[in-house]
This record gives sequence, C-alpha cells and structure tokens, in this order.
Amino acid sequence: MSDLQVSAVTDSATSDTLDTFPKLLLERAKRGSARPAIREKDYGIWQTWAWGQVAQEVRALACGLAAKGFARGDKLAIIGDNRPRLYWSMCAAQCLGGVPVPMYQDAVAAELRYVLEHAEARFAIAEDQEQVDKLLEIRDNYPKLEVIIYDDRRGLRNYTQEYLYDFEDIQQLGRDFDAKDPGFFLDQVNTGRGGDVSVILYTSGTTGSPKGVVLTHDNVVVSARNGIKFDGLHQDDEVLAYLPMAWVGDHVYSYGESYVGGFCVSCPESSATVLTDLREIGPTYFFAPPRIYENILTTVMIRMEDAGWLKRKMFDYFMSVARDVGGKILDRKSVMLHKRILYWIGNVLVYGPLRNTLGFSRIRIAYTAGEAIGPDIFDFYRSLGINVKQLYGQTEAAVFVTMQPDGQVKPDTVGTPAPEVEIKITDDGEVMYRSPGVFQEYYKNSEATAATKTPDGWVHTGDAGFFDEDGHLKIIDRAKDVGKLNDGSIFAPKYIENKLKFFPYIKEAVTFGHGSDYVTAFINIDLEAVGNWAERRNIAYGSYQELAQRQEVYELLQSCVEQVNRDLARDVHLASSQVKRFLVLHKELDADDGELTRTRKVRRSFVADKYGKLVDALYSDESHCNIETEVTFEDGRKGSVSADVEIRDVARGQAAAAAN
Amino acid sequence: MASARQFDEVLLDVENVSLAFGGVRALENVSFDVCKGEIRAIIGPNGAGKSSMLNVVNGFYHPQDGVITYKGKTRKQMHTHEAAAQGIARTFQNIALFKGMSTLDNIMTGRNLKMRTNFLLQAFYLGPARREEMEHRRAAERVIDFLEIQAIRKTPVGQLPYGLQKRVELGRALAAEPELLLLDEPMAGMNTEEKEDMCRFVLDVNEQFGTTIVLIEHDMGVVMDISDRVVVLDYGRKIADGMPDEVRTKPEVIDAYLGVAH
Repeated sequence: MSDLQVSAVTDSATSDTLDTFPKLLLERAKRGSARPAIREKDYGIWQTWAWGQVAQEVRALACGLAAKGFARGDKLAIIGDNRPRLYWSMCAAQCLGGVPVPMYQDAVAAELRYVLEHAEARFAIAEDQEQVDKLLEIRDNYPKLEVIIYDDRRGLRNYTQEYLYDFEDIQQLGRDFDAKDPGFFLDQVNTGRGGDVSVILYTSGTTGSPKGVVLTHDNVVVSARNGIKFDGLHQDDEVLAYLPMAWVGDHVYSYGESYVGGFCVSCPESSATVLTDLREIGPTYFFAPPRIYENILTTVMIRMEDAGWLKRKMFDYFMSVARDVGGKILDRKSVMLHKRILYWIGNVLVYGPLRNTLGFSRIRIAYTAGEAIGPDIFDFYRSLGINVKQLYGQTEAAVFVTMQPDGQVKPDTVGTPAPEVEIKITDDGEVMYRSPGVFQEYYKNSEATAATKTPDGWVHTGDAGFFDEDGHLKIIDRAKDVGKLNDGSIFAPKYIENKLKFFPYIKEAVTFGHGSDYVTAFINIDLEAVGNWAERRNIAYGSYQELAQRQEVYELLQSCVEQVNRDLARDVHLASSQVKRFLVLHKELDADDGELTRTRKVRRSFVADKYGKLVDALYSDESHCNIETEVTFEDGRKGSVSADVEIRDVARGQAAAAAN
Repeated sequence: MASARQFDEVLLDVENVSLAFGGVRALENVSFDVCKGEIRAIIGPNGAGKSSMLNVVNGFYHPQDGVITYKGKTRKQMHTHEAAAQGIARTFQNIALFKGMSTLDNIMTGRNLKMRTNFLLQAFYLGPARREEMEHRRAAERVIDFLEIQAIRKTPVGQLPYGLQKRVELGRALAAEPELLLLDEPMAGMNTEEKEDMCRFVLDVNEQFGTTIVLIEHDMGVVMDISDRVVVLDYGRKIADGMPDEVRTKPEVIDAYLGVAH
C-alpha cells in the first residue's frame, strides 16, 4: 500500500514536473513539511527550519521582492557567509523567474562592482554591515542598484538610505502583497521551466576578469540527481554548508542536492567556529578542498607532538597499523585476521576518538576536489576509515565530470566519468567532456563561450590528462601551463608544485622552467607548521618575513626540495624537471594582492611579472636579491615591504636511484 | 563625534569631590556631570586621578568631601553593592577575569546580581532555578553574539590573547545590563586593529542599548573620535571640561600633556 503511494508520487512528480527548485521546494513542503531543511547556530543553539517553514519564508521574501519591482529575468546579487536567509533568497529569486548571483563574501568592493555591473543587478541582498558598506560604496558609482536588503541589522540603525531594507520588512511587505493577490506566487512558480536560467556563478578565473557561468535549472537538477544516485544519498544525510556560496560546489551540494534529495543543511555560527560546528553536527556527507584536509591534519600532528609519551606511542603504533591495512579494509579487500583484530583495537583506542574529535564520526562519504590532494594526506584519512574520495569537476559542468566510485579509490587519479558524462582526450592531451550539466554560456561573453564550448556541446577543460589502465582519469596540469624546457623535455609546473606542497612546511610553491635551461621555484612557508617546528628547536623569530629567511628554515626546505628531486629523477619524462635553484618568498601570496584567486589558486603569470626581479635572480649566479613589494591590507590600503631574499642551489637526484 | 549630539538629562553628578590617601591628595574639588546616553571621556597624564575618579563613582573609594548624585539621589559616597544594584558596571585597567573559567562562565558571573532564586533551589536545579538559568544563559549568548566571540565560548580565559580578554571583560560588564558603564582604559596595550574593533563595540553598545559610558583613555585619537564630552584631570584637579575640539586647544591641557617650564 505504502509502496504504491510512494511510487505514484515519484512517477507523477519526477523530472517532467519538478523541473525547477521552487517546484521542488513546494513538493518537499507538501510531502514532508515537518522534516528539517536547514539549521543555523545562533545564540549558541542550533535553530532548525522545516521544509514547510522554509517554503513560507521563501514565499514571503519572493512576494516582497515582487512588491519592490523584481521581475522575471532580474538578477539578485547575494553576498555573505552561508546563512539560511541567503539560501532562501536564491530560491525566492528563482520563484519569480529571476536569477541569483552569489558573490564571494571576502571580495573587495572593486571586485564586487565588476560582477554587479556585468550582471546588471538591480537588487542585492547582503549579510551584514560589512557587506552593506561595500555595496553602498559601489552604489555611488553604480546607481542602477535599486534595492539593498540586509539580513543582520546590527550596526545599521543609523543608516538612513531609503533604498536599504531589512530582510524582515521585505518579508512583511511580501505577506501583505500575498494577502492581496494570493494567486500570484503559484502562478509565478508554475511559469518557471527547467530550461530557464537558474543561477549565474562567477568563476574567480586565474586570468583576466571573472566570467559568469550561466546554468539552467535542468543543469543543476540533473547534476544533483546524478550525484545523489551515484553515492546513494538520502534525506537523513547531514551536510555542513561552510564553503563560499558563490562556489559551484556549495551551490550543488548545499542547495541543489539538498532540494532534490531532501537532506538537511547546517550553517555554522561563524567562519571561526567551523571546526567546533563540524564536531557538533557530525555530517555524513562532506565536501572540502584539499587545503581543509591539510589544515585539519596539520593541527592533529601538531597536537600529537605536544601530547604525552604514552599517547604519542599509541598514536604512532596504531597509525602504522592503519597505514598498512586501513585503506584495504575500507575498500573491502582481503586482510589477514590478526591484522583485522589489531585494526579493531586501534579503532577503539585511537581512530574512533580521533574521528570524533575531528567531527568525522558519522561520515559516509567525503569528497575532495579543486586541486590535487597529497597522497599522504589522502591515505591518512582513508586509513582512519573515513571514506574520502576525489572528484574532478568544473563550474561549467555543474560540478561533476569524474568521480571515484566506492572501492576504486586511488590517490593520484580523479576517478571514472560521472553518470551521463562523456569524456574524450584531444590530440594535444586536453580533456573534454559533454554532459547534461554543461553550462549554457558565459554571460554576455560569446567570444569566451565559443572558445570553451563546441557547437555540439563538448567543453574544453583546459586541463591536460590521460586515462590509466583501469579507465581512471589522471590530470597532470593545466594544458596551457604545460611547457617545455630548452632541452625539449616536458615541464608540468603544477605537478612539481603539488609535490612540493605535499610537505606540511610548504604552503604554496610556484615553479618556472618553460623556455629555460632548468627549473626553479618560489616557496611560501606554512607559518603554523614552520613556526611550530622553529619553536621546538628554540629558533627565535619576530615576523613571517624573518622566519622565512632563517638559515635553519632554508636547510629544512632544501631537504624537502631534494626529496622532490629524488622522486622526479625516477620518472623518465620528468627527470629534467628537477628543481635546480629555489628561494623562500618574504611575504605570503595573497588574494588581496591579486597573487591568488579567491579560491586560493596561484595566478602564475601575475606572480612571475610582479616578482620578475626574483625570477631573473633565480636564472643568474647571484645568491641574494633585494626586492620591494607592494602589499594590500584587508581594508584596501596599500603599503610596501622590502627584503633581501636568499637563493639556494639544490643537488639533483640521481637517476640511478630508480634502481632501488 | 562629528555632529554634536544633544543630551539634557543628567544621570550622574559629581560635586566638589576630594579624596586623599594620608597626605597624598588624589582628587581635589572635582566636579563634573554625565548625561544619560552620552560617551564621556576622562583623560589626563599618569597619576592624574582618573582611575580614582572611577573608583569613587562605583563606591570602591569613599571620598572625604563632596557629594555624588546618581539617578536623582544625592549621597556622600557610593557603596559597591549599591552601585552594582543601581546599574553601574565596570572593567578594569588590569584585566580582572577568572582565568581558569571559560568565556561563557565569566560572562555568566556578570549576571550574578540578577539571580533571584535561592541557594536551595539552585543546588537541586529545580524548576524556577532551571528557568532562571536558561534566561541568564540566553542573555549571556546575546552578549557573546554582540561581541562576536562565539569561537571562544568554551575556551578558558587564561588561554586567550590580551585583546580578546579585554573583550570578554567588556562582555561580563555588559551581561549585567548596566545603565552606566565605566571603562578603565579599554584599549590600553592594543594594536591598531584591536583598538578599532573595541571602538566599534563601544559605539555599538552606546547606540544599540543606549548605555551611558564613562571611559578613561590615553589614545587621543580614540578619545576625540568617539566621545561626546571630555573632562581633563591633572594632579587631581579638573583643568578642562567640554567638547573634544574645545578641550584639545586649551593651553592648560597642552601644558599638562607636553610639560611646561615653571
């Protein structure tokens, strides 16, 4: 009986009719209105909204927006941390046939202005005073911004601008509007079609201005549906929404999959409390770029080094057991009985408590994407029994291109093609794909669209890669970044940089070599790891700059580089890519200075230009170089730092080492 | 404040107060008033009697001469318990928190005076005590949210950096929901960024809760930016009183700060 009912609902209500997010929301509210939809920790307590409540909140906001003149096709710019109200405003805009444009919350006013103007947004919704201030600054030069709505009124009491509205006031306006014209809201929702634009996501872009990736409801809904099917997600799963809302990963996981799959999303109290909130929520499904996994691991290692000897011994012993068999047990491969028992004891004494401390007790599936993850880090989590997998995705694909199926996980590949995705490799080695998630166009940029998407729907990823013998895709670098050394051998900078970055002491690395005789590298130390290392050796330092230029630190990093050289020497194709000279940068590469993108990827050519003097020095015989650099503070002011940077020569690994 | 705000209702009036420790005259005939809702700064060189003045206001020191009128009631001297019960809260120049207790617990101690249930009810955590505790916890969480210190809610205060400890101390004072808040050098020893944060919080407290604030501060930039009126002390005597701009240009004040040949 109940089976019949369920299938009836799913039959009549699948892809054909539930083709937009507003329709999905209303369906959720109808079917399981009391189930939790979203949570936020506020005043120290997790507050929950059920699907039924969310539908009402969205309805009130949508009507309020309509009362203010928001029409079909209008853009709603959204800026702030992950907040329930900001997620609702995405859906509210979609209810009216409008398009939400989420923006990176840490972007400075000039960057936001570009996006606002390019998207021609008339409406914006901001989290708090900080974001409102930026929007007001932009509005001085961009009067088309007609309505600014804020979520948190703190500090805004004395703002008298008539175009500034409290979120709750807009909702009240909406309720009055709704009472007068009760049919309006449903009409608007039912007018929406799967082919309508559902969101424009601006990519941070490693070069040039950001591009607006236009995705339809169909793109995101199908992607979400496939992702859910692939990993068997259901409505009891738990997710923590802490990554920028402007990023496609968060959009698909915290919004798309939640609406399609019906699971609850939790918003942390503030960005500083994420790790505590993670532990309290205990998500079952988790998504993070490699750097988050790295940070957590670094914290664990530092705390272990400060722990008592008994704990340290236990940790070391059982971690060696885990490294040996943990991954195999997770992949359900055969393992000797006595090792299974040892692992079980380790689970009780070490792994379980550790997973609990990290907030990973209930994790069924965790993903990493965006960059290559260090094999050590990857193995660490898997050996603890945490099912971390890699996926390869792009904003242009509504995320999924390839994913690692359970039980077929390798640290150096990104998995097999995701459901309904076709992949081919061009003659130049570039990866191309075609899928139902493929974006429509770059907003108002047909030139870039034509350069990326072929008329028959294939998308250039710009990444170079190949399939291994098991049919798993392996990405080596950006296709355009792969260069050649003067002796004609291949130079894949990212590949070398990643190898360097897998050392906990190295936060960022930039390598040069295209069109040169040999490879050189800039290195950024990881202040936390190196600082702790220095502390334990009684090495005094007063600043980042001073620590970075310490002889002892150079010795430490030299040994890391030599290790990388030994690894590279083993590979015939990459043996000439060994790093010959390196230096440690005197300042941290920073997105505010334009050296990194907002997702913290190095903008290689910009760095090469800005530090041209240092690059020249790397390719000379000098052992020191003096440089003055401009820095931008968080409030937008500029200053400069100067430093005398040392340059080191490194021994090359012996090709003979391959014999071992 | 760029635009001078208007205040008329006097909350606290100190008249001809003199305070001496043995032969040392800490305060001599000092008079000033604090209006409801304003931010009033007390400035002066080291040893001018600024902290003594605050201690007189909250009843920690008892002056030999003069009268204090607070909320319309005139008296020779305040008493600490009376001051606290009447809505005066303060922070100290040297942080006076319970180092071993968490941020949350420290802030909860600020609610102490507002607890109504008796010891027995609290010991057994019976109905009224439980309801009361929830209410106080709610108030403490509002303060935590206001000061943006959620991330250190459970951290023992002794482990926190100095700037944050200062903020927790402000939080404890705010938890008492004071009408008059006395801040003794809230920005001492802070870097520019921490100072800016603290200024923001002081202004927000004043704006959102309408709390009257008396603060002692050495950073002239801060004083001129955030206070409505300034009183200047030197060797226990009042040498100036008025708007920040008026005070700044007075020759006596400049002499007191820069020194003068006698």
